[in-house]
Parts: sequence; structure tokens; C-alpha cells
Amino acid sequence: MSEPAADTTARAWRAAIRDGGTTARDALEACLARIEAANPALNAFREITAERARARADAVDAGEISGPLAGVPVAVKDNLCTDFGTTTCCSRILEGFRSPYSATAVERLEAAGALVVGKTVMDEFAMGSSCEQSAAGACANPWDPERVPGGSSGGSAAAVAAGLCPLALGTDTGGSIRQPAAFCGALGLKPTYGRVSRWGLVAFASSLDQIGPIARSAEDAALLLDAIAGPDERDATCLPEPPPACADAVGAAPAAPRIGIPREYMRRENEAAVSDAVERAAERFRAAGAEIVDLSLPHTEYGIPTYYIVAPAEASSNLARYDGVRYGRRSPEAGDVASVYERSRAEGFGPEVQRRIMLGTFALSSGYHDAYYVRALKARRLIKRDFDAALTRCDAILCPTTPGVAFARGERTADPVRMYLSDIYTANANLAGLPAVHVPQGRSPEGLPVGVQLMAPAGAEPRLLGLAAALERAAGGPAPVSHAGR
Amino acid sequence: MGERKIEEAELRHIASLSRLALPEDRVEALRGELGDVLSMVERLSELDVSDVEPMAHAGDVLDAVRADEPAEPLTPERALENAPASDGPYLRVPKVLNEEGSA
Repeated sequence: MSEPAADTTARAWRAAIRDGGTTARDALEACLARIEAANPALNAFREITAERARARADAVDAGEISGPLAGVPVAVKDNLCTDFGTTTCCSRILEGFRSPYSATAVERLEAAGALVVGKTVMDEFAMGSSCEQSAAGACANPWDPERVPGGSSGGSAAAVAAGLCPLALGTDTGGSIRQPAAFCGALGLKPTYGRVSRWGLVAFASSLDQIGPIARSAEDAALLLDAIAGPDERDATCLPEPPPACADAVGAAPAAPRIGIPREYMRRENEAAVSDAVERAAERFRAAGAEIVDLSLPHTEYGIPTYYIVAPAEASSNLARYDGVRYGRRSPEAGDVASVYERSRAEGFGPEVQRRIMLGTFALSSGYHDAYYVRALKARRLIKRDFDAALTRCDAILCPTTPGVAFARGERTADPVRMYLSDIYTANANLAGLPAVHVPQGRSPEGLPVGVQLMAPAGAEPRLLGLAAALERAAGGPAPVSHAGR
Repeated sequence: MGERKIEEAELRHIASLSRLALPEDRVEALRGELGDVLSMVERLSELDVSDVEPMAHAGDVLDAVRADEPAEPLTPERALENAPASDGPYLRVPKVLNEEGSA
């Protein structure tokens, strides 16, 4: 018997258990040992839920738990409620919070047989692009500890890229799955808005938030998405129709796809390693029979300004619930009711969260509402129309995920606007509600992960993952794991 | 950075609407940080949006309904498990009304 190595895919992990090569428990112990060894330096996990995972692994071995992910360890971002362990969004205001229920996505993951091994480090309330805005400490990039893993799902991406577990759940409001997947060298998919129930996801910006998989292969991402997607009566924004099966689509990309490259994404400011990766991917598609189409998405540059009105406006409303009264931290300094609110929030939220609450409050306040919020909603429509027109001319869009590779720790924390621009190529898919995926494509000359982004029309996850799988095969198979977990 | 600071009075007003205590040593920095972001979003004023409908949501799902069937609610104990202060089945908060009976 031999336990799965750090670079084992979820599919192979499941097969090793099913075919008797190992037990779920032994495989889990190998996984937990790797987490224990790597996490002190990496800080990908805020909390490790080993006891529950062990009990469930034993139940898999006893035949009491089955399913397509039976025995596969999965990491869960700390903004997804779990009725075990704690759920804190890496915020002081939710320190020690024990959710009375699990998110639908977590429930479905467990119903598919997966073992949740822990809650991952993130930027507080998912507001950030570097995992430095975290009350649980910063997470490191598994390829270079002096660099950030990206954010906000940085802990989930780092855990997968370091080979600590084959799968993780992330959430993406403006790029928070795809950007850390790009920085860490993992495959990260933001599904169509409404594909995965948001029930039990701590709300940040409700018209943009989506839960999605982080994996090392398109096939594994499809397995995870199939397990969690589909309507849920507890989330009224869920797409009502049954989701298309993605696992079957991974081997079946369209034979001669039209792939559009939007010229607004191929800016001179992009780092060479990023532009090269897009050109190499276009070559790979062309060699496989694709037609490459030149596209324009003229309102691209208005995406970040639009996003930084819409997302903070929704956040200022969603985060009003943290008042120091019903749950979460209450300031010990508070005297009267007003100071319970004001002090609990000022002491409980970090600086970036406070900035965004104030921005959103400003954009919604009397006298500014039309000039800022309503104007941003109109700009959002223009951005959506760009995509609608472009996607009549191609089957999928190929572009960079980020303007550059993982940046150094501390480099952007003092300059919020510069940090926000990390999401310049990802936020528009959220504004338009489209599915988008980051696909790893090797490494830069300095050894850092590079890759590309693919976007498709709403509902086209199978096509997207089929194309991602084709690129993955051309690049030599599932993404490699870093030394951190070996 | 900080080229366009927002007015101090405006910052205090926003912080108050946000129910955030504003430490004095953060006032100057926040005026610049929020000013920077507002300068960045100012770009939207270049757009002609006169005939554009606002788009509040990416989904087309409207008026999702389901059967109104009772389900098991949280017990009071479970609901109060995370409360910073409670008393029996109640949340404890500081006194809300003053002697004259107004908040």
C-alpha cells in the first residue's frame, strides 16, 4: 500500500482509495502530515479540521460514505460557513465565530464524500489581492516565500499549488479565485453567476460573488464543480435549470474553436512573461485547429472604476450586520449603544475593509448616489454589452489573468489603487456574470507560475473546461506542485 | 497619492454614516486614500450613459419563488451561541433609551 504523493490529482486520489491501493485514512494521514510540515512557513491554513476529516475518512473506509469525491481532501476558504471549526473571514470581528450551519457548497462537497481538511487564509472579508489583509497573518507564495500568493483566495490556491491537498474551494468577486490561481500556478474557475449557491457564503458583494474550484487540472475542477453546482431554494439568485455536467466535457473541446483575443487586454504595460504566455497559448490553440480572432472590448478600462463603486456599495450594506450585538466582537471599551456599533466595527474591521465600507457608503449617500452608484451600474451594462457582442464572434476569449506574475510582499499594501489594478483583467467577468478560468501554462524565466485566462458565455462551463483541458494537455498535463509540500 | 483629498467634514460624515469610530491619527491618511480611489473612479464621468439602463445584477433570474413550508428553525441556544452578551433567551445590550424616553 502506498499513500498518494503530493502531486496526485483528485481523480487519482479517489481511484487509489476505490481500487484498494490505499485507505482513505492512510491517504488522509499523508495529507495532514504534509500540511503540518508546510503550514508554519506557508500559512495557507488558518485552521486545520483534522479530527472531523479523520472520522469521515474512517467512514469512507467503512463504506458509510461514498460519492465521486469519497476520501479526497479539500480545503475550504474561511468565508464559507462550516458547522464544524470556526468561520472568521480572517477578520477580528468574527474571531471564534462558530457557524450554526454549513454553506450549501460545503454540504454538497461532503455529500460527494470529500474530507474538509481546514479553513484557508484569505484577505479579510475577501477584500484584497495579496492575502496580506488578514487577521490570521499573511500567506506566502509556495514558489517564493518573499512574494504574495494573490488574493483573496490565496490560502486555497497556495494549499493546492504546494500539494497540501488536491482541491480547494475559493470565492471570486472581482478575481479572487483566478488571480491567486495565476500567482500560485493552479487552475481556478469562477463559474457563471448563479451556478453555485451562495447560501452560507459570508456576503461581500452579492451581485458579483461566486464560489468555485481551485485545482491542478481541468478534470479535477470539473469534478468539484459538478459536486457543488445547481439550484438551491435557499439562494434565490441560483440559476434554476440543472447544471450541465462538466466532467464529461473535459475530453471534448470543440474541434475547431474560434478563440478571440481582446486587444484592450494586450497592453504594453503587461509583463513580458504574461504576454508570452497568451501568445504561446494562442499558438497551441492554432496548432490544434482553432481560428484566432482579433476582438475589441472597448469599455475594458472602465471595469476597475465600475467595480470599485459597485462592490464597495454592496459591501457597505452587507457588512452593516456586524454591529457587536448579535454575534462577533463587541468592543470592551463601548459604553452606550452608538459606541457599541462604532467602536466594535472600528476595532474589529481592518483598514482595507473600513476603507471599502466608507467608499460604498459615500457612493450610496444622498447627493452622490446618482453621480456614482447609478452611473457605475450604467457603465456595468456597457461592459456587459461589449462581451455580448464579442462572444457572437468567438467561442471563447483568451487573455491574461493578471498584468504580471506574483509581486513582492509589502509592495502594494501602502497604495490601495495600485493593489486594485491587480484585478484589471478579472473584474469584468464578474460585472458581466460570465464564467472565466485561469489555466496554468508553465513558468516565467525567473521560475514563477504563468498562465492565461479563458472566458465564455454564461452557462458555458463545459466548453470552458474543455478548452482549458486542451491547453493543459499542450502544456504537459496537470500543474506541478512546488517544493513547499514535497 | 493623496492628490485629491476629500474634505475633513465629509470624511467625518461618511465615517458616522458607516458607524465607524474615526481615530484622529487616521484622518489625514484616509482623506488621501479615499480621495485617490475617488479620482480613479472619476473616469466614469467620461462615458455617455444617457440612454443606458442601470444593470444591478448579472443574473436574469427574477422573482424566484418556492413553497412556503415550515422547517426546523435554529434553537434559541444555537442562535445565541455567538452573542457577545446574552441573558436567558435575550441578547444583552447597553441601555438604548434615555430618561426622556428617546434614543
